Amino acid sequence: MEPLNALVVFLNFVFIPAAAYGAQLALGALGVTLIYGILRFSNFAHGDTMAFGTAITILVTFALQGAGVTFGPLPTALLALPVGIAATALLVLGTDRSVYRFYRERKAAPVILVIVSMGVMFVMNGIVRFIIGVEDVVFTDGARFVIDARGFREATGLAEGLALRSTQVITLVTAAVAVALLFWFLNRTRTGKSMRAFSDNEDLALLSGISPERVVAITWIIVAALATTAGVLYGLDKSFKAFTYFQLLLPIFAAAIVGGLGNPVGAIAGGFIIAFSEVMVTYAWRKVVAYLLPEGLEPTSLLQLMSTEYKFAVSFAILVIVLLFRPTGLFKGQSV
Amino acid sequence: MRRLLLAAGATALLAGMAAAQDAPPKIGIILGFTGPLESITPFMAQAAEIAIAEVNAAGGILGQQVESERADSTCIDAAAATAAAEGLVSAGVNGIMGADCSGVTNAILTNVAVPNGIGMISPSATSPGLSTVEDNGLFFRTAPSDARQGVVMSEILMDRGITEVAVTFTNNDYGRGLADSFQAAFTEMGGTVTLSAAHEDGRADYSAEVAALAATGSDVLVVAGYTDQGGRGIIRNALDTGAFDTFVLPDGMIGQDIVDDLGDGLATSFGQLPGTDSEGAQMFQEIAAAEGFDGTSAFAPESYDAAALIMLAMAKAGSTNSAEWTQHVMDLANAPGEQIFPGQLARALELIAAGEEIDYEGATAVELIGPGESAGNYREVEFRDGEIVTVRFR
Repeated sequence: MEPLNALVVFLNFVFIPAAAYGAQLALGALGVTLIYGILRFSNFAHGDTMAFGTAITILVTFALQGAGVTFGPLPTALLALPVGIAATALLVLGTDRSVYRFYRERKAAPVILVIVSMGVMFVMNGIVRFIIGVEDVVFTDGARFVIDARGFREATGLAEGLALRSTQVITLVTAAVAVALLFWFLNRTRTGKSMRAFSDNEDLALLSGISPERVVAITWIIVAALATTAGVLYGLDKSFKAFTYFQLLLPIFAAAIVGGLGNPVGAIAGGFIIAFSEVMVTYAWRKVVAYLLPEGLEPTSLLQLMSTEYKFAVSFAILVIVLLFRPTGLFKGQSV
Repeated sequence: MRRLLLAAGATALLAGMAAAQDAPPKIGIILGFTGPLESITPFMAQAAEIAIAEVNAAGGILGQQVESERADSTCIDAAAATAAAEGLVSAGVNGIMGADCSGVTNAILTNVAVPNGIGMISPSATSPGLSTVEDNGLFFRTAPSDARQGVVMSEILMDRGITEVAVTFTNNDYGRGLADSFQAAFTEMGGTVTLSAAHEDGRADYSAEVAALAATGSDVLVVAGYTDQGGRGIIRNALDTGAFDTFVLPDGMIGQDIVDDLGDGLATSFGQLPGTDSEGAQMFQEIAAAEGFDGTSAFAPESYDAAALIMLAMAKAGSTNSAEWTQHVMDLANAPGEQIFPGQLARALELIAAGEEIDYEGATAVELIGPGESAGNYREVEFRDGEIVTVRFR
């Protein structure tokens, strides 16, 4: 019986990766949910907005590195992040001006806006590929590990290693800060309150003198900040590839819907639920169980509930079950 | 009256045959000029056209200059590839050099080549499934089947004293075919595959896959994927979590960019890819350099050999009819006879005209086995100080 080793294996292969991935999904889902709550449509271009912000951040990072500027042990990309956010904000504001406003003034049905956002998605897809290409780009620098597997084994004398990447810590910390700022903004500031009012009842908000264009513009700026941050954190943790960001759309939407579209708390919970279910349901528990059971009772099979090929099926099964029993999501969002 | 009709029919038939004889020999080159392989197919086509030009400079075959026509297989769209191949058939090709990817090659073979009786030599389709496909003796390939790569990979592991591995493969014809043939070969040699799990390319996160593979307790991971896709994501995640230090990389995973990206992470890893140290490879590189492209570009040498074999077989058969020339492909490719290397096609045609045996070696040391596929020569490589180093040839 070696419960410590079991805990280390669990942390290393399940808890830490799933927590970092969950935080990335949560930030992405927050952006989707804000757009849904305030502008009232599902923004399919969100994955590519993330890709655009990350691409700009990467270029600025390379420029900084070329000029010899680094951020000590932290990745230089964090210094470049504000530029990426500003560029993305300009892009989404421009898109809103030239595309979405036209349909908003006509009070187009949400389903039309969804299709419009798909068109925007394809255009952004192309823009990102023009800017940075289709290849895999690695732009992380600074210290790679807070704790690395071999060092941990030697320091503790345990049989199992524990790895904690600096990008995982940065992801969790940045996500926490971003979420705290967002909630403070929505609940404590006048602008935030007017956004929530606009989301709750558009007509009533207009009657009480809230400027709709201002609310829309601020929403887009916040979404640009969230999307770029999520994209950069994801890219630091793994790597940047335009196609992968487009694929990220699926788990992000799953997270937002499970949590309740339009509900920020739900988006965060949804992100972690999707991430943990993807990793835990398909995990082979043999090592963990072997360390927990007395010697001689080690399982011979892998103790894997289902093969990793089905991990996407897991998140979508959860999605279907939630929608069947709580159509508005776990945290009472707007019904889809 | 009946006799008259018969006579008329016979005359028409004869006239038709005479017309067919008069048309110059024509080779269709069908490769994925658009799609995932678009970066290497131009060189493959060029290599085939070099062989054709070489034969034409020597006077062509059957007294006529050889023509060629390109068509796009797309690599991924079976319907488009079938339509393109049908276009070649109606343009009157006598043989097809192609296709490139295993899936479309199979589609063209079963939908177009077999029904129309057109012979086909693929330079790059490696799926083991093509070894057993019903081809009426019309299909050959100058690329080895991945079944062979599975055996070579198993031998490398056994030579290094590794008897237990976990396998992850990209979820398509290539990945699954290679993983299955490797598992069969490795198990037969007494090895154990603790887990063989698929991964999808282009996914957001590979923690789950690596976690499951790590739980097997194996020390070595075979990654049958692509360098710039899920294969790389898995290796990076496995290195970060300390799940594996040693990886075995088959042909799809070996490229300079992954070595640049992972650096020391691959220090204890090794792998294999098709390659030969025969003198033919060197000669082909010189010919390609003169034409202004890189002769080591993937599957370009195989393409040269495929086109050359089609034409030599036609010369040997004295016919452009596929049913006849395909009978001679195996003879020409294998011993006995005088060895023929790239740039020596004129010599080969002379020998054939004189009724002598030849052994076509070509750019890839061609040796056709079993159902008409390359026996396969592989380069075993290691990764030292950011370089891909050839350890030995197998």
